[in-house]
Amino acid sequence: MSGAFVGMPAFPTAARAALGDTQLRRNLAHATRTIRDKRAKVVAEVEDWEELRLAGAGVKEAALRDLATHLETLEASLVGAGATVHWARDAAEACAIVAEVTKAHGADEVVKVKSMATAEIGLNEALEAEGIAAWETDLAELIVQLGDDLPSHILVPAIHRNRAEIREVFRRRMGDVGRPAPDDLTDEPAVLAGAAREHLREKFLRAKVAISGANFAVADTGTLVVVESEGNGRMCLTLPEVLISVVGIEKVVATWADLDPLLRLLPRSSTGERMNPYTSTWSGVTPGDGPQEVHVVLLDNGRTRALADDVGRQALRCIRCSACLNVCPVYERVGGHAYGSVYPGPIGAILNPLLHGVSDEQTASLPYASSLCGACFEVCPVRIDIPSVLVDQRAAVVDSHRGDRVPKPEALAMRAAAWTFSDSRRLAWAERASGLAGRVISRLSRTTLPGGRAAAGRLPGPAAGWTGARDLPVPPEESFREWWARTDGGRK
Amino acid sequence: MKVALQVTCVNDAMFPETGKAVVRLLRRLGVDVDFPMAQTCCGQPMVNTGYLDEAVPVVRTYVDAFAGYDAIVTPSGSCAGSARHQHSIVAERSGDPALVAAVAETGPRTHELTEFLVDVLGVTDVGAYFPHRVTYHPTCHSLRMLGVGDRPTRLLEAVRGIELVDLPMATECCGFGGTFALKNADTSVAMGADKARHVRDTGAEVLVAGDNSCLMHVGGLLSRQRAGVRVMHLAEVLAATEEGAS
Repeated sequence: MSGAFVGMPAFPTAARAALGDTQLRRNLAHATRTIRDKRAKVVAEVEDWEELRLAGAGVKEAALRDLATHLETLEASLVGAGATVHWARDAAEACAIVAEVTKAHGADEVVKVKSMATAEIGLNEALEAEGIAAWETDLAELIVQLGDDLPSHILVPAIHRNRAEIREVFRRRMGDVGRPAPDDLTDEPAVLAGAAREHLREKFLRAKVAISGANFAVADTGTLVVVESEGNGRMCLTLPEVLISVVGIEKVVATWADLDPLLRLLPRSSTGERMNPYTSTWSGVTPGDGPQEVHVVLLDNGRTRALADDVGRQALRCIRCSACLNVCPVYERVGGHAYGSVYPGPIGAILNPLLHGVSDEQTASLPYASSLCGACFEVCPVRIDIPSVLVDQRAAVVDSHRGDRVPKPEALAMRAAAWTFSDSRRLAWAERASGLAGRVISRLSRTTLPGGRAAAGRLPGPAAGWTGARDLPVPPEESFREWWARTDGGRK
Repeated sequence: MKVALQVTCVNDAMFPETGKAVVRLLRRLGVDVDFPMAQTCCGQPMVNTGYLDEAVPVVRTYVDAFAGYDAIVTPSGSCAGSARHQHSIVAERSGDPALVAAVAETGPRTHELTEFLVDVLGVTDVGAYFPHRVTYHPTCHSLRMLGVGDRPTRLLEAVRGIELVDLPMATECCGFGGTFALKNADTSVAMGADKARHVRDTGAEVLVAGDNSCLMHVGGLLSRQRAGVRVMHLAEVLAATEEGAS
């Protein structure tokens, strides 16, 4: 996990704070709706979308089923094409490899293509500690970096910022790290992009080393693929002498043909475009063309842990499109920071616990950060059944506490409920008790639901979680089963 | 055909009128529905909170109570989804092959009310009369887990006297989500507040849905806002007739 997020509170606490940020709420509601509508429109154009989803899921599933073999093939193809392959078990190993290669070239700065894997391992912070400046060149990543901010979305990490805020960040910070923003900077998107272009250009032309991730890695040809929109990736992948790519081991696909469904699914699902503007592919070193030294760091960092999970392994099919974030009603309201990870939203709520386990309270809170509405599964281009994995990870959280000496109140409540529901006579007693309580409360109650039924207003104790904002109908004096028994099912 | 009502624990304890409405409605359509007294809960509250071991005896109660019925009808998309899609997970976890076999029997025979009416009985006009302005919220599990599609709205459109108005952003979750409503109460309420706003925007006097737990959440918010909108289970609307009752 990125060092930048260390120390985040558990989701409910972080979410409460985010819900009070009015500008964040407004920015997110606007941005997620825009991108959601764009996606829906271009997906509707594809007649065989469901078949395409099946094909995409199939390609990734097949690669994962025989991952070790494909990775060895990939390594051989890459080495054959002149690349150097490194294996990294965790974030620390991967960061050390990148720092070592960079320093071997005497470089004190690198330019970066937007990459989730490098964000996941906290590479920028690790390089900074080694005296190497890592410049993000994707516009949104640049906004986050200049603003000393944290990413809040996989695809558009500055989604929580609006134009006025971005203008302010550029004006305040660009001059500290390179070419300053022009004096007449406005908050027009084209003007802001122009300022970023000028700022970044000198970094592109100066850098000796570039760092990228990869959307896909083709085993049989040794080809890495980067899909992007701005052309900054193409600049990084072609201009510097040295290219280091950090690639999660789950990015491998068997053959070039396997890219077909994935490259069709990804742009429509992520940016809502029929086709992304730039697709760069490279296989090792081509003499006289592009980087003359190519390194590939194959990263585990919890992926084999996730692979060993029968239910959760499907999360490794993820192609980082963000469709699940944009459609998630929880994400739309709390934003990405509340998830405490570079992977927020529904996919983050399963990926983080799968990669790292549920032993810390923050990660253990993530599988519960969902109403299980299923909108994420509906849009996932590789058909990850996120709700089922969420429930399975909740079970992992509960199971990790089964040995606790003092059980949590929730565990006691669930045991009591299970005991009550295990025998209908016990449930009948409980209903008689709740009916008696209902009789008392309805006498005391001054609240009436529309339609006339008595309700409880604000109650103290555990009930406050419900009644703080919601009236609660008073339990009826007679349960359904009592009515059925008394009237012979309404026949009397 | 032997038909059982799975009333659900929430309806049994909190919303008996919904159960009575299902009984009236099905009798009117010629179905002699039975209520097996041994039933309790489908186990979903435990499963969706991660307490799979605790759900095992509850699922066992379900399969025992409903063994031998041709169809199990439930006025809840969520509980039908639980029986059809989650009981197998719980049964596998128990390691008991008899339970695995039993849930494979009861799961597919469990129908959400609108599925039973439209697919099994083959009716969309159930002879109901409900002269009110109504908007319908498709609950997530009925929509996405079961795929009930337009069955509920077809049934509502056939109700005489009804003025059915579209709910904006209808397919977005109301924020109930079972224990989510308590564990992440702030986020749940934020989602529910938006749902309540969309309901108010329709000018409807009644919000109808197929799950009383979701309605308890949105209805609780609407009531607190003194919005003047009541919530009603779909079964109660479909059971209503000109002669009164409901």
